[in-house]
Amino acid sequence: MAYVALADRDHEQHLHHPQSWITRWVFCQDHKVIAIQYSITAIAVGVVAMLLSSMFRMQLGFPDSFDLVTPDKYYQYVTMHGMIMVIYLLTALFLGGFGNYLIPLQLGARDMVFPFLNMLSYWVYLVSVLILMASFFIPGGPTGAGWTLYPPQAISAGTPGVNGGILLMLLSLAVFIVAFTMGGLNYVTTVLQARCRGMTFMRMPLSVWGIFVATVLGLLAFPALLVAAIMMLLDNLIGTSFFMPEMLTMGGQGEHNGGSPVLFQHLFWFFGHPEVYIVALPAFGMVSDVLSTHARKNIFGYRMMVWAIVAIGGLSFVVWAHHMYVSGMNPYFGFFFATTTLIIAVPTALKVYNWVLTLWRGDIQLTVPMLFAIGFIFTFTHGGLTGLFLGNVTVDLPLSDTYFVIGHFHMVMGVSPVLVLFAAIYHWYPKITGRMFSDTLGKWHFWCTLLGTYTVYLPMHYLGILGVPRRYWSYGSDFIPDSAQSLNSAITVAAIFVAASQLFFFINMIWSLRNGEKSGPNPWNATTLEWQTPNTPAVHGNWGDKLPEVHRWAYDYSVPGEARDFVPQTEPPHEGVVSGRDHGVEH
Amino acid sequence: MNVTLLFTALVGAILVLLLLVRQLRTKSWLEKGIITEDSFSTLAPKRVGLFVFLGVVTSLFLLFMIIYNERAEFPDWRPIADSRLLWFNTALLVIGSAALQLARNAAGHGRLSGIRINLTAAGVFTIAFLVGQIYAWNQLTAAGHFMATNPADAFFYLLTGLHGVHLLGGLFVWAKATTNAWQKPDPEDVSQAAGLHLSVQLCSVYWHYLLLLWLVLFYMFTST
Ligand code: HEM
Ligand SMILES: [Cu+2]
Repeated sequence: MAYVALADRDHEQHLHHPQSWITRWVFCQDHKVIAIQYSITAIAVGVVAMLLSSMFRMQLGFPDSFDLVTPDKYYQYVTMHGMIMVIYLLTALFLGGFGNYLIPLQLGARDMVFPFLNMLSYWVYLVSVLILMASFFIPGGPTGAGWTLYPPQAISAGTPGVNGGILLMLLSLAVFIVAFTMGGLNYVTTVLQARCRGMTFMRMPLSVWGIFVATVLGLLAFPALLVAAIMMLLDNLIGTSFFMPEMLTMGGQGEHNGGSPVLFQHLFWFFGHPEVYIVALPAFGMVSDVLSTHARKNIFGYRMMVWAIVAIGGLSFVVWAHHMYVSGMNPYFGFFFATTTLIIAVPTALKVYNWVLTLWRGDIQLTVPMLFAIGFIFTFTHGGLTGLFLGNVTVDLPLSDTYFVIGHFHMVMGVSPVLVLFAAIYHWYPKITGRMFSDTLGKWHFWCTLLGTYTVYLPMHYLGILGVPRRYWSYGSDFIPDSAQSLNSAITVAAIFVAASQLFFFINMIWSLRNGEKSGPNPWNATTLEWQTPNTPAVHGNWGDKLPEVHRWAYDYSVPGEARDFVPQTEPPHEGVVSGRDHGVEH
Repeated sequence: MNVTLLFTALVGAILVLLLLVRQLRTKSWLEKGIITEDSFSTLAPKRVGLFVFLGVVTSLFLLFMIIYNERAEFPDWRPIADSRLLWFNTALLVIGSAALQLARNAAGHGRLSGIRINLTAAGVFTIAFLVGQIYAWNQLTAAGHFMATNPADAFFYLLTGLHGVHLLGGLFVWAKATTNAWQKPDPEDVSQAAGLHLSVQLCSVYWHYLLLLWLVLFYMFTST
């Protein structure tokens, strides 16, 4: 069924041809338009989160010079920064944006299998973003509970935003999860169902593998966040005691009793750790495709890469309590979670080796996407290594809640996925818009971002080892040495430099939309299906009258004896030989 | 902890199933030419979508159940009183689910009248179940058990509420299928009958699932 010609498809698969501007660009069911809507929304909130970080960095770097960022505002900005970046930017952009764009195109499908649901997913996502943004404008402002939202403090008097902000945050998360579930059902079902003829699982590009497994993780892990959000909402609104213990607040007896704050932490991290891989796995996949294409070499160890993605996905469900070593637990649990945490480093390291081996003796083209992809290998390795430190209970105890942790997760989950996102945006920009971007601006963007972020995050590891705690509005001169404070100032300068240098990116993207050179259908000479569409940018329905057929895997670069250094997946084998078994009838 | 392990095992099982170890062992990248080896692509996308969705719902409720059972161990737990009404409601839902099964069988034999009657009955009994659940809430509040009274009460309201919301979602699809069923059939249009058949089938799967879920919840409420 997946490869029936357009006219024969069942009625659900009929294309809804856009009639007016509204159905074409606003309420559109074309996966590519939805992808762009998702991406633009995600990047827009991402910019908000970046500006927030510049504000609180100013406070940290120069604590006596700004009245703007009061302690309350500091916590609110930090909280919103973290939550927006993790959920509303990274998750939405990787899955809603690139998932939507790449899955049908790379698998040779005309669209997602449930286009209407797909459209709905975007609009519900937009509602969740608007709810979250609304919390800036209500009395009391957004919540300042930290992105982990730990109770009891998140809903106890004294925490900023306790009257309205936390409610909007929890509501927005719940709505986001609904949106994600609608999108996720689509991505999984499309991968299972709508691959074109010849596109077996083991011929899928790694981008699709990463997005697919990440979506499965999301579908299983987001419910934990939903459970936590619902129960905390009830604790707050109705006065139940799911998470709230008996306590004295503001000198009086609180209204709750018997709840368990640690239960929330379990739920949050049962979601939270898979979440980091929901972001990381699509990045792993996409960076593999970019590296292979621009090194003109097949990906090293394709099957190992697939297995590693699957293994990391599975393992990521059994490591969550490594975020809770300081919350106190049975020593055997600590041992268990430390072990699983260190085990997950094995498939992860394997992937890094394979990327490096893919580059080894390749015909490396230092294009802008390639620079970002190579940058990713560096930042990800650094972040992964500090993860090994933190995975050990005894090493983690003194480092927990210090800038070392901030350094770790920003290297591994901040900078690395963002570098991949830039690599991916530059890589697929010609397909999305039909034009090339400016190489010069792109290279400026790369070097400023890479060197700038290193200047920001490397010193943080040192601060952490010194013992500088995270989530402090101001340290005062007795609490940390002057040298640490001057390092803090330097970090702030670098952070603002990085933020400003993103202008290169935005100017480039907008300017090239009109003025970029026409790219043609396949400027990178890539093999995967999205580069073989009859139109660039691809039109609604993607493939004209006939769906593509796949004859080979996605990485036939520099094959000996071939005229060109790449063989598209659609190209039939030469000399009429069909190797392997008897095809077409096996079930 | 046992339940937690169970859950992780389940998650693992789902992952492995989804990813089809068999498919992962092939070396299709080495072979050139068209290969088709998909057992999936013959299924209707809606069916696959439904099963994936049931996986999500399972994850959601399983987490609640784990928490429920852990919480019920504490000494301040005051279990809800046994209620005849809940048994009565359970019977209603069983009948609803059975009616859907009959509708599904009728669809298998192409008997439109059977589809119509059983499908409608299923919806009516399901709505009756939901009304009954609201009565159960009323009984509970009348007895002085509010959501914040005791964790057992809180969980009862929360879980029955969420279960009801899932049934409401099902009823939305059911309403569409039922209107379709009562429309005059167009003998020219084969896809119409096939579409109806599929939605009846999927509704029955969803209803059986929610019945099973309710039975587990009911057992949990009465056994702790
Ligand atoms: C080699 C693999 C890794 C190991 C062993 C590891 C270990 C850890 C540990 C033990 C912590 C807790 C530190 C503490 O709070 O005291 C942590 C924090 C964190 N890790 Fe990792 N990690 C690894 C990879 C990753 C990856 C790939 C990501 C994301 C893509 C990530 C994202 C985070 C985040 C966001 C936090 C901080 C959460 C918070 O407290 O706000 N980690 N990591
Ligand atoms: Cu973690």
